[in-house]
Amino acid sequence: MADQKKLSIIAFSGDFDKLTAVFTLGTGAAAVGYEVNIFFTFWGLDAIKQKQGRSFTGGNWLTKLFGFMMGGLKVTPTSRFNFLGAGPKIFRYLMRKNNVAMLEELVGAAKALGINLYACEMAMHVLGLKKEDFIPEVKDVLGVASFLKLSEGGQTLFI
Amino acid sequence: MTFVKTKIELSKLSNGDILEVLLTEGEPLDNVPRNAKEQGYHVLSVEHVEGTTHKVVIKK
Repeated sequence: MADQKKLSIIAFSGDFDKLTAVFTLGTGAAAVGYEVNIFFTFWGLDAIKQKQGRSFTGGNWLTKLFGFMMGGLKVTPTSRFNFLGAGPKIFRYLMRKNNVAMLEELVGAAKALGINLYACEMAMHVLGLKKEDFIPEVKDVLGVASFLKLSEGGQTLFI
Repeated sequence: MTFVKTKIELSKLSNGDILEVLLTEGEPLDNVPRNAKEQGYHVLSVEHVEGTTHKVVIKK
């Protein structure tokens, strides 16, 4: 469909709160008929890792250590008020109490709505990550040129 | 998120099926029926249930 509205998001942050924004915007747009592309790069790659906790994913000892320290979706820190990891637990409690969708639920909705998920090739090289380290819904591994082509004619956000 | 959930449930149904959604007043009640109509679904009724809760009936 040539006239379909389109939203493309560059998910750079691996913070719990910012990823919540990425997926809230993405699923909201997809539900009202937008084509949605999310391009995960650097810290943002944590959101689409197969292993959602902490694991030594990476190529050499250094990237394996980074992989452990960065972790996956379930251990994402908050950008403020992290309090050594207590912050996300407090926010999760507040979100649950107010019946607001949790990050994992939003990612599930993104998959159900067929949002296109992409991983950044360069960041993957730097962090020693392979396509197999990501959830199977990740459609492709891309660079800047391909992402620009995909997002052409729509709105683009950097979060 | 209310329309996201509604949309996902609607996608599981066949044409002609009915979906009942309970919504609170304000943004959810404004946006779900509006978006459902825009997406080509039929909003059959919107009725008050209790307090701030309303029931919206949508036909796919």
